Amino acid sequence: MPQAAISDGAAIQASNVSRYYRMGQDVVRALDGVSLEIRRGEFLAVLGSSGSGKSTLLNIMAGLDRPTSGRMLVLGRDLTALTSEGLAHYRRVTVGMVFQAFNLIGRMTVAENVELPMRFAAVERSERQARVLNALERVGLKARARHRPAELSGGEQQRVALARALVNRPAILLADEPTGNLDSRTAAEILALLHTVNQSLATTVVMVTHEEALARRYAERNLHLADGKLTAAEAR
Amino acid sequence: MKTSDLAGLAAQNFRESVLRSSLTTAGITVGVASLVAMLSLGIGLQRLADRRLERSGLFDTVVVFSPVRFAGLGRRRLGPAPHKSPPLDESARQTMARLPGVAEVYPDIRVPVLLRLGSRQRLTLVSGTPPSARSSDAFKGMLGSFFSAASPGEIILQTDLARELSSHPAALLGRQITLSYAERQTLPASAPAGKIAPNSENSNLSAGFSVIRRDKTLRIVGIVKREPSAGFSRFARDGALIPLALAESLNAPEPSSLTDALQNHPAQATYARLIVRVRSPQAIQTAESKIKAMGFRTFSLLDTTRNIRRFFAVLDLFLGIFGSLALIVASLGIVNTLVMAILERRREIGIMKALGASDSDVRRLFFAEAAVMGAVGGAFGTALGWAIGRLINAGANLYLRRQHFPPEVIWRLPWWLVVGAIGFSILVSLAAGIYPASRAAQLDPVQTLRYE
Ligand SMILES: Nc1ncnc2c1ncn2[C@@H]1O[C@H](COP(=O)(O)OP(=O)(O)OP(=O)(O)O)[C@@H](O)[C@H]1O
Ligand SMILES: [Mg+2]
Repeated sequence: MPQAAISDGAAIQASNVSRYYRMGQDVVRALDGVSLEIRRGEFLAVLGSSGSGKSTLLNIMAGLDRPTSGRMLVLGRDLTALTSEGLAHYRRVTVGMVFQAFNLIGRMTVAENVELPMRFAAVERSERQARVLNALERVGLKARARHRPAELSGGEQQRVALARALVNRPAILLADEPTGNLDSRTAAEILALLHTVNQSLATTVVMVTHEEALARRYAERNLHLADGKLTAAEAR
Repeated sequence: MKTSDLAGLAAQNFRESVLRSSLTTAGITVGVASLVAMLSLGIGLQRLADRRLERSGLFDTVVVFSPVRFAGLGRRRLGPAPHKSPPLDESARQTMARLPGVAEVYPDIRVPVLLRLGSRQRLTLVSGTPPSARSSDAFKGMLGSFFSAASPGEIILQTDLARELSSHPAALLGRQITLSYAERQTLPASAPAGKIAPNSENSNLSAGFSVIRRDKTLRIVGIVKREPSAGFSRFARDGALIPLALAESLNAPEPSSLTDALQNHPAQATYARLIVRVRSPQAIQTAESKIKAMGFRTFSLLDTTRNIRRFFAVLDLFLGIFGSLALIVASLGIVNTLVMAILERRREIGIMKALGASDSDVRRLFFAEAAVMGAVGGAFGTALGWAIGRLINAGANLYLRRQHFPPEVIWRLPWWLVVGAIGFSILVSLAAGIYPASRAAQLDPVQTLRYE
């Protein structure tokens, strides 16, 4: 079995993952033969210039996108072999996602936003309220449960998004430029929160970022992407 | 995703986009309202016609004839040969009364009488009238009243006859009238021995009857109009009407008495005609065929009722088609609203997928929103249709009153139509949701989440 080849501690293993976009005659190689391994409980930063393929890599890890070729194994499971229903199940059980644009649903309150993943995961209604408050407490926003996202600052919105990503207790947290829309102080707060989550919940964190300084401070390891290829990996 | 969560999300989305949802829902409301109004009108008219048919006494009646056939007269096709038929007697009457759907069976008795009032006298036919005839349309708007149950000595006159008896017919009410008739008296079972020649050939002449003139004084309680349709109607064709029990007690000879005297023992009197009244026009077919199977000749206006029913079935169908068309046009609004919602909520759909919603969750969510619009529109539409129906009814009755007709219910909203209309509305809405829902489900989350 292919899984036997994976070392015990591997949360994510990509082998020769490529993602091409065909634009008429041209082929855009958003990812070009990426192989990597991420340990369980690791805090990993993915760095690279704009258009280097960072988001593409993260989306494939998240099961939102499929590689054109290669395999992506998460916790021993081959994502490329899953049906779209299987990928949806994987997304609601195994991973949580945070985006640069926060992506909260403006019509819903903070609490309803955080509750949403539990609806898809069919968590018992009786259990949900406590878990919503618990997750909001972790990000320090329990008092704002009944507010609308628009009534919160950017940093607060991103904390709500983080609470929402964690509410189904995922093994892996994927963050795509979570601090891209925030000032440096707020960005540091968010990263500190990610660090706490990584430490206290043993959640594997993969974070895409532009900011090398923050990556160096919080991440155990940095990966560099350029033109869809890994260039260098450095450990702290 | 659980159904309750699905419904909750759908209801929330419905509420949040109030303006667009409510415009679409208004469209469905109008569609359902027209469907409900048209169908309830169709049903109401059908019921009105049914009620009319029932009360007219034309279409709920089978006339059963005595099976007597005179040999050599070549009218074979009218019925079975007499030797195959049982006599139309009391036991046949009981059997018919027990048939399913049969309300009552009574003899059709018409007796030639001489009516005398003061100096005037007229020869006419009176017919026996069962108490159940009280509700017949023939007695609507009559002068005076129908027979009281208590007193048997009453008579109702036909307008024409009343005019012949008095220049002020209305003044006849309450007055006494003398009715002379011929009574049939059965001869003693055996002729007094010795008085008639003890001829062996005549020894079984014991069967027979004599006819004696009798007088009876009756009180005039009502005067009834002869309706144009009275040619068929049982209750308005003869000169006068008397209670059925009275008519039976007159013991007047009938044509069948003659053949009875020849064929049977006179104690086994048979009826010339029986009238079988069924509970509803629908029951007439089975009743008539069962009676035919017993070996009797029958007559009914069955074919006429069948045509009337067919007309209403077609009318209902057309009204339903027009109503449904309105609903289907309205459902295009649902398609539009949901497609707009997809464009507007592209990003939201992407977010939900990123949070673990499956394609089928998204599809079901859009279906549920379509169903919510269908259900709300269906409920409001049924209410509106009900109101429109009431209005039509009120308007029609206003018109009827102006024309001096009694009010009628021309509109009915049975409970099954309420349930059916809302259900149909949801069904049409779901069908309208198929395309938008599958488009929403197929959205690529990566594309929808790409840039702000
Ligand atoms: N649907 C698409 N069609 C064509 N090309 C695409 C498509 N999606 C992504 N690409 C290309 O793939 C490459 C990688 O895109 P990706 O979004 O992964 O970059 P990124 O590293 O996340 O950039 P940024 O830092 O700006 O977010 C880019 O050159 C982009 O233009
Ligand atoms: Mg990106």
